[in-house]
Amino acid sequence: MTMSPQLSSDPSDFYSQSFSKGARENTLILNMGPQHPSTHGVLRVIVELDGEYIVRAEPVLGYIHRMHEFMGQKKTYTQYLPNMGRVDYLHATAWNWAYVGAVEQLAGIEVPERAEYIRVLTCEINRICSHLVWWGAYLLDLGAFTPILYAFEDREFLLDILQRVTGSRLTYCYFRFGGVYADVDDKFIDDTRTFIQRFRKRLKMYEALVTKNFILRKRCEDIGVLSVQTARKYGCTGPVIRGSGVPYDVRRAVPYSVYPELDFEIPTFSEGDAMARYMVRLKEMEQSLRIMEQVMDRMPDGDIQGKTPKTLKPPKGETYFAVEGARGKIGVHLVSDGSATPYRVKLRAPGYSNLSCFAELSKGTLIADAVSILGSLDLVIPEIDR
Amino acid sequence: MINPEYYPLVRMVIFLVAMMAFVGLNALVLVYAERKIAGHVQRRPGPFHVGWHGLLQPLADAGKLMAKQLLTPWSSDKLLFWAAPLLSFLPVILLFLPIPFGETLYGLNVNLGVVLILAFSGLNVLALCLAGWASNNKYGLLGAARAVAQSVAYEIPLLISVLTVALMSGSLDLHAITVQQGAWPWQWYGVLNPLAFFIYFISILGETNRAPFDLPEGESELTAGFHTEYSGMGFGMFFLSEYANMVVVCCVASILFLGGYQGPIESGWWWFLLKVYALLFIIIWMRWTFPRVRFDQLLNINWRWLTPLALLNLVGTVIVLRLAG
Repeated sequence: MTMSPQLSSDPSDFYSQSFSKGARENTLILNMGPQHPSTHGVLRVIVELDGEYIVRAEPVLGYIHRMHEFMGQKKTYTQYLPNMGRVDYLHATAWNWAYVGAVEQLAGIEVPERAEYIRVLTCEINRICSHLVWWGAYLLDLGAFTPILYAFEDREFLLDILQRVTGSRLTYCYFRFGGVYADVDDKFIDDTRTFIQRFRKRLKMYEALVTKNFILRKRCEDIGVLSVQTARKYGCTGPVIRGSGVPYDVRRAVPYSVYPELDFEIPTFSEGDAMARYMVRLKEMEQSLRIMEQVMDRMPDGDIQGKTPKTLKPPKGETYFAVEGARGKIGVHLVSDGSATPYRVKLRAPGYSNLSCFAELSKGTLIADAVSILGSLDLVIPEIDR
Repeated sequence: MINPEYYPLVRMVIFLVAMMAFVGLNALVLVYAERKIAGHVQRRPGPFHVGWHGLLQPLADAGKLMAKQLLTPWSSDKLLFWAAPLLSFLPVILLFLPIPFGETLYGLNVNLGVVLILAFSGLNVLALCLAGWASNNKYGLLGAARAVAQSVAYEIPLLISVLTVALMSGSLDLHAITVQQGAWPWQWYGVLNPLAFFIYFISILGETNRAPFDLPEGESELTAGFHTEYSGMGFGMFFLSEYANMVVVCCVASILFLGGYQGPIESGWWWFLLKVYALLFIIIWMRWTFPRVRFDQLLNINWRWLTPLALLNLVGTVIVLRLAG
């Protein structure tokens, strides 16, 4: 009698099994992660090496799976809200927004205009935070130790600003159904304006100091070239697909909130290499500054919280709401059966799709290039595993 | 009384002991300098709490390293595993022997000082190779492979640029080379032949595995490279020898290219140390500024640029010397 493979007592997982079987002559199987300096958290990548060239690479997920989607089905709509800051801790407000937006669509809750503007403002501030962390960490992957501390110096200003209204510094739970938790005050606006002035100068310095560096360019240019077809095939979004020349941005493609009224560009680069993805993110920070300025100029007075029912029981039905996060399209699919808890919550994490193309991109590259490619995809592992 | 015949031997032993002390002390100074410079480059104060402005930090670091348990991986080759750190550290002391720190401050007066240093510095590669191989770790092995390829490659332009200076001075005696250069910068070989100095400087970054050429231990790819499996003083030995090697190559640089202990106003060991630490400062500064190059790029820099340039420079120097007389 043969045992089915699922019931076998072999403790190793599918990937290590298939990889150990597949080890060929003259190759070496290297296990990068789950604890490895360049996988940013608990991503595990199994690579088969021929010398230092990668024959194949496969990411293994699941080391930080926390069952966020299942938690959604066990909690009421309001109780589930704090989970959103934990899915992607770097761009928490966008996840806040995706979920809150989906619930508002489902329950038909109106959001006052001032709240919409505040949402855009905090979301863009948070986007810059996220890109700064990526920038520093990516350069750390490439062996430059210093930029991350410069990035964190700037990020500190933003965290202080966000702390004034949200009360926290990382896992924000700031958005509410029909509005936001707290109103922004004059100090918030002043600090943000000061930051915008300061950060424009800093971005110039970053470009002179890092972007134009010869070694950096050699490490990024023509590395991990992602064609539009491949990007589409794997469902890449955000800076990854914009680095391949597709100007897809949810803020413009499926406009939400007050974004249609704002004047900003979607930076795209057609090269598709790691440098293009790098440049997209740097240009996006400039655009975020522009959005923040416009929002602060136009912000109307008024309420920050719309009318919401005491006990939230959305009518039967389903809805999908997507926002543009720092890593791409963040989508929340909600199914309601009319009770106080969602029947089903599906979270669409951009990092998951972006990571999927790694196996194809890294084939035939050097191990150092694979690290560069992995970094240029801007992965946040808790978001990928959810 | 000691038979005067043995004076050179006694001098050598005393000098070796003194050098052991110097290497140890110097490691403390460099650790402090490295962390402090890194701190200021990165807009933070660096070590600050242990002692005044963190002055005792290197001592605390050393104490921590020594107190750590020495782990031997069960699958490693025990003998070679522990021979490697010793093999990497011990020859370094010998390298200091022929270096003239001052007019009379040297351990061994040989007329082939340059050759001695270059020969013994080659042993370090063997130690790194052994460390990576004996620890039976894939990252270690990759690091060791990188270390060997890199050191062998960068030794060539290094040797050629040293040869250029030897041709210019007509001697391989470090003392003689020093004396031939004058006290003033325009008399130094580094100024007379800046290309050789430049090639030498780039090559020593590759030889001592310092950033941007620190690939054998490039931690974003290989976690810690060849010393992944070493703990406590096993790692400490590699660390010590890396710093000692840095000092040696900077000493040689200051002798060959910057006039050694000779300097304006009053010649002496202070000029020598000043030049050495200035070079060390530049090396540390570079580490905290540049990203790491890729391995094939590293070899390309060497084979495509440095080696041909060094050869051209050698030929050019010969022609100029011939024409000048």
